[in-house]
Amino acid sequence: MSTVHYAGILETVEGHPSELIEVLHDIQEESHYLPEDALRAVSEKLGVPLIEVFRVANFYKAFTLVPRGAHLITVCTGTACHVRGGSRLLDELSGQLNIAAGETTSDGQFTLEAVNCLGACALGPIVVLDGKYYEHMTASKLRKLIESTRAQDNEDSAYA
Amino acid sequence: MPKMLGPDALLGWAKKERQEREKFESTVQICADTGCRASGSGVVVKALRNEVERQGLQDKVNIRETGCHGFCEQGPLMVIEPGNIFYGKVTPEDVPEIVSETLLNNRVVERLCYVDSISGERIIKESDVPFYKAQDRTILGQNKVVDPFDISAYVANGGYSALARVLTSMEPEEVISEIQESGLRGRGGGGYPTGRKWEQCRAADGYEKYVICNADEGDPGAYMDRSVLEGNPHVVLEGMMIGAFAIGAQQGYIYVRNEYPLAVKHSKKAISDARDAGLLGEDILGSGFSFDVKVMRGAGAFVCGESTALMASVEGKVGEPRPKDVHTVEKGLYGRPTTLNNVETWANVPGIINKGAEWFAAKGTARSKGTKIFALTGMVKNTGLVEVPMGTPLRTIVFDIGGGSANGSAIKAVQTGGPSGGCLPTEKFDLPVDFEALSEAGSMVGSGGMVVMDESTCMVDVARYFLAFLMDESCGKCAPCRIGLDRMLEIVTDITEGRGTAEKLALLEDVAETVQVASLCALGKTAPNPVLSTLRYFRAEYDAHIRERRCPAGVCRALITYSIDTEACTGCGACLRACPHEAVSGAKKEPHVIDQELCQKCGICRDECKFDAVVVQ
Repeated sequence: MSTVHYAGILETVEGHPSELIEVLHDIQEESHYLPEDALRAVSEKLGVPLIEVFRVANFYKAFTLVPRGAHLITVCTGTACHVRGGSRLLDELSGQLNIAAGETTSDGQFTLEAVNCLGACALGPIVVLDGKYYEHMTASKLRKLIESTRAQDNEDSAYA
Repeated sequence: MPKMLGPDALLGWAKKERQEREKFESTVQICADTGCRASGSGVVVKALRNEVERQGLQDKVNIRETGCHGFCEQGPLMVIEPGNIFYGKVTPEDVPEIVSETLLNNRVVERLCYVDSISGERIIKESDVPFYKAQDRTILGQNKVVDPFDISAYVANGGYSALARVLTSMEPEEVISEIQESGLRGRGGGGYPTGRKWEQCRAADGYEKYVICNADEGDPGAYMDRSVLEGNPHVVLEGMMIGAFAIGAQQGYIYVRNEYPLAVKHSKKAISDARDAGLLGEDILGSGFSFDVKVMRGAGAFVCGESTALMASVEGKVGEPRPKDVHTVEKGLYGRPTTLNNVETWANVPGIINKGAEWFAAKGTARSKGTKIFALTGMVKNTGLVEVPMGTPLRTIVFDIGGGSANGSAIKAVQTGGPSGGCLPTEKFDLPVDFEALSEAGSMVGSGGMVVMDESTCMVDVARYFLAFLMDESCGKCAPCRIGLDRMLEIVTDITEGRGTAEKLALLEDVAETVQVASLCALGKTAPNPVLSTLRYFRAEYDAHIRERRCPAGVCRALITYSIDTEACTGCGACLRACPHEAVSGAKKEPHVIDQELCQKCGICRDECKFDAVVVQ
């Protein structure tokens, strides 16, 4: 299935090794992770050894080799968010979802990520859920946000 | 848009665009930057467009979605011209009143005006708001007047006139000496003289040369590069073009963080528009000079802010630094002469060409010229982006512009320079902010992050935070950084968790000095700064953790307890219901208690309590 997703992306590249990081970004945007067959296809197309493709995919934090959950929660742990309690939010989420940063819940619903800085420092602590920014977060607001997202999912599946 | 075949065509275009804009009776400048979007500026813009259309005012009112205005704390915010009227924390519900009162009848909606916290007065004009008053917004001020998505707005404001001037009437050497005379130094952290860098790159052997814009703003707590690139991408492009002409480069790259999606989008759009207008590509403005720019996205590696690591990343490789015995101006990207400057540095170039080196050098201190943008964040009232002449005292930035403490708790330090910088105590707040003064005090200007810390910030925890950050971001190539940071973090973590000893503290200082001297690149060399500066100015906090097993700021979880003040507790039950760990008990209208065995110290009870009855000790 994933082959369909990234075939179009590979058609647009010229085949130069310098395109590697850009291509990996594009594939991840489509597939939400980097599937093994995609890495193999990229290696062939750009003429970069597979081991080097894998090394790059592993080195950079933005890339993930495992599928992400249905919802992506990103907690900013930048300095400005940290002094306003951002790291405490990460601990709290970790406890609530029973996963560490970088992991996905066993039901595949939530992936938790910590990011160094989102550049919205004035509004910290910042949490991003599925691309939407939540400013001035607190542990209790966050708990409610997760609960309402879960409730919404249950409602959706009940009607499905 | 038509292709500009020469400088005269560009002038004509600018004139036409200016006339177009003069037709409007008023202009609403709404900040639509990442920060204000997070506070909801998107829906305000929508509501305003709808309302203006509903009242049939499209030909009279110009709605301009702009980049960052700086005063993020007040977002979503707007400025209405004429009148320079400043409205903050605007909601879609406010929009009909703004249209019918201000836009139609020139009346100010007072409740949306900024209220000065000291005098309690309502302030109407943006220029009178204390946050803006003490600033010199040479670079950031342009954000308000251009639409980042519209090249014609930049051109209407005199954009690309510096490029035209350089291409028609200056030799590359003249450009370089103008930049040298201005005293411009790199805004990314190092403070290396920009003109000297260009001169070395021009002199370097090689036909193919490159220019790079470093927009990999990795320092947590700094976001001025994002705001400049998002808000005014053409000024950065124009700066790069002038630099490319001066050193003799044909290709440029903007290396931007993937965490800044709007900056990626705006710079890509700017490049394609500039190409269509004949300002990028072959034979620019008919001068014979050819140059093009590509956007490359970073992928979340802090070390890629380091020039050699960044260049490896542009080549599509793992971002590991290399020793700099041969400088990148001689052998950089693909082994060819390369000039790398930061976003803010490039953005300063067109102004210097247009207004002259003397104009730029008139601002600042003896060795640090011009203005610098700082991201003022943390426990300060007015958070946002601040631009001041170099040499402005920290006190002016934190207290006059920043408005002092956010919540009444005393400010005790400001952290400057990101993970490579240090924490400066209030005794140092009279220091003029310039490259030399801050580095002598054990910190650095760095990329310009300023995180304000108050009594609720634990300085040992801050040191631990930066060590954890840097250990995680160390690429692992050299041992002093890889192993040294790991050991330092172990010692500092022990201190924050109540296992610290005086002997280990001495070892910490010893390891810190070794990492400083022996690491390969700037990441490692500067990594001990947060530890060394907190030890230098806040040793008493380390002592409290080690000798008394106490965290004075109430941050380090292993050393604190949550309890309820029975006098203040009204027994409302808010904390009891909110506690996810069922650690709170008590009858209704009776003081509650926290079970220390069950308490996870998450702080939810304190967030929920309206009577400040939850005490952390």
